[in-house]
Amino acid sequence: MGNAASIPASAVAGKKHDHDHSAPPKIVAVDCPKELEREPLVLNGRSLHWITDRIANVCEDDMPAWWWPAFIISAGVMGMMFSLLAYLVSTGVGVWGLNNPAAWAWDITNFVFWIGIGHAGTLISAVLFLLRQKWRTSINRSAEAMTLFAVACAGIFPVFHTGRVWFALMPGYLIPMPNFNYIWPQFRSPLLWDVFAVSTYGTVSLIFWYVGLIPDLATLRDRARNKVRGFFYGLFSLGWTGSNRHWSNYEKAYMIFAGISTPLVLSVHSIVSFDFAVSNVPGWHTTIFPPYFVAGAIFSGFGMVLTLLVPMRTLFKLEDIVTVRHIELMCKVILATGSIVGYAYGMEFFIAWYGGSPYELYAFKNRAFGPYWWAYWSMITCNVISPHFFWFKWCRSNMVFVFLASIVVNIGMWFERFVIIVTSLHRDYLPASWGYFTPTWVDAFTFIGSFGLFMTLFLLFIRYLPAIAMSEVKGVTPQADPHHPLGGAKGGHH
Amino acid sequence: MSATAKTYGLLAQFDTAAGIFEAALKVRDAGYKKWDVFTPFPIHGMDEAMGLKSSKVGYFTICGGVTGFFTGMTMIWFMNMFDYGLVVGGKPLFTPLFAFPVSYELTILLSAFATLFGMLVLNRLPKLYNPLFKVARFKAATDDKFFICIEAADPKFAEAKAVLENAGATAIEIVED
Repeated sequence: MGNAASIPASAVAGKKHDHDHSAPPKIVAVDCPKELEREPLVLNGRSLHWITDRIANVCEDDMPAWWWPAFIISAGVMGMMFSLLAYLVSTGVGVWGLNNPAAWAWDITNFVFWIGIGHAGTLISAVLFLLRQKWRTSINRSAEAMTLFAVACAGIFPVFHTGRVWFALMPGYLIPMPNFNYIWPQFRSPLLWDVFAVSTYGTVSLIFWYVGLIPDLATLRDRARNKVRGFFYGLFSLGWTGSNRHWSNYEKAYMIFAGISTPLVLSVHSIVSFDFAVSNVPGWHTTIFPPYFVAGAIFSGFGMVLTLLVPMRTLFKLEDIVTVRHIELMCKVILATGSIVGYAYGMEFFIAWYGGSPYELYAFKNRAFGPYWWAYWSMITCNVISPHFFWFKWCRSNMVFVFLASIVVNIGMWFERFVIIVTSLHRDYLPASWGYFTPTWVDAFTFIGSFGLFMTLFLLFIRYLPAIAMSEVKGVTPQADPHHPLGGAKGGHH
Repeated sequence: MSATAKTYGLLAQFDTAAGIFEAALKVRDAGYKKWDVFTPFPIHGMDEAMGLKSSKVGYFTICGGVTGFFTGMTMIWFMNMFDYGLVVGGKPLFTPLFAFPVSYELTILLSAFATLFGMLVLNRLPKLYNPLFKVARFKAATDDKFFICIEAADPKFAEAKAVLENAGATAIEIVED
């Protein structure tokens, strides 16, 4: 930072080259612009101990009164889903509304919807880490947890849409083992790529999440009030001490995880989009799909992060750690990715016309004005119009508005997948094989049930694990900087 | 046990990030080798202050990644071409192109496992016993306090107390093994 006082006055004046050399050089005072203070990541100058206490207390104290009703309702809804899946397995996949030609409908819609939601967690934990966005520290833990739970919900649908689930899970079909005819899985199919992509994604997300948890589990171990908690947190913290020799390897490993999760998250939704794009179905066979799916996934995922975090920060009084600035920044990501999604919708139509294939053009006209017009226009309203409210600061910083908008985003993204899948399938090349998909009550309640699973897991997560990465939040405070006055440095900030 | 208890080391507490940083420089310059710094979060520049070399976790990652990629390619070649060739849609029995997505995912999967195990192996974790956990104040190492431990095994252990006091420790304790 330049300092006005330290620059010799003659040097400053010399630069001005007055035309009148006879006059003594004027002394020009240089006003350096004041360095703007960044808004702190933790508000109200909270101490390190306060941060530990505030976050750890959430999973140490008794849960607030609303937790049990919320948990019981979520677990009940989850139970409903498992009963309906049992009904499907015992009766047959016909209990869902799938038909020919719409052999994929709500099942794959739900799968892509949930997988997409997961992507925000990895984006926050990996991509924002590589971009050195320090604000991610307040939200990455809960977003990564959300990723894991969303992947768990996603996995259910493709497995159960096979109908005879035991074949899907048996080695030789999805898992590479020879089946009873000694035939191996067929690796030219994007569906098999998807199996590898999603299972890798779930596993790597779990490892990344767990590695991030180790120092915080050690904090909970050291604060444990009884032996059971001390034992379990001690077991899972692996004997972590905060040794700098450990931090050195840990930080390197963390950076590598961020480095490998970034290409992973981009590849997963690209491969999910290959399920469609590699086929020859008009409306699916487009090269724009991979980037368009990835942008949509991040868009919907940030929607879900906000749906969870906006109530959580208030209910657990975490407003000083998950600040309004954090919420605003996430709204800006929604705005950016929502704009990409809107652009992709426009470009799809342009290419359908410009590409000159009558089938492709028909598929898109049918999408907007055919029997599923209502789904298409719901999607446009939710995804193209709603994110643009976030140009306005009032909309980004009003928590009620952000919460409602985040739900609208998720509704829109569910419709997007429904529109892509069902409108493209229900009109086959021959009018004789045209059909119309209508969901059954089992379809609807299985999907609702997956939210029960998601919420049950999330409520348990808040109950037993630190919902915010304590060590990471402490690490970005000024007190953690050995060269900052608040970190105890003498002689001021340099 | 207490009769044969021997000293594990000397544990000194510091209250600020700058305090532990300056102290680490002093301990390093005094020529200690068997010592460590304990902090609730990684402190920027501490590796240099302690004189640590760059972490070797990356070597594990690259080995895992290369293994993953070639496992994927070989597996698909073996299954779809060598062991039981199955013609689907007139496509070739093997090309690296259709084998790429799965090999790519396996690269990342095995890199992740290698990184995790590499980090744990280099850190000698999980560790079931650590004499430092016997010190009550050490619990604050995962909260808001900073510690330096010089082990008794270090040849310069005799002067350790003076060095730590000189470095501005707010409390010094002997750790029993």
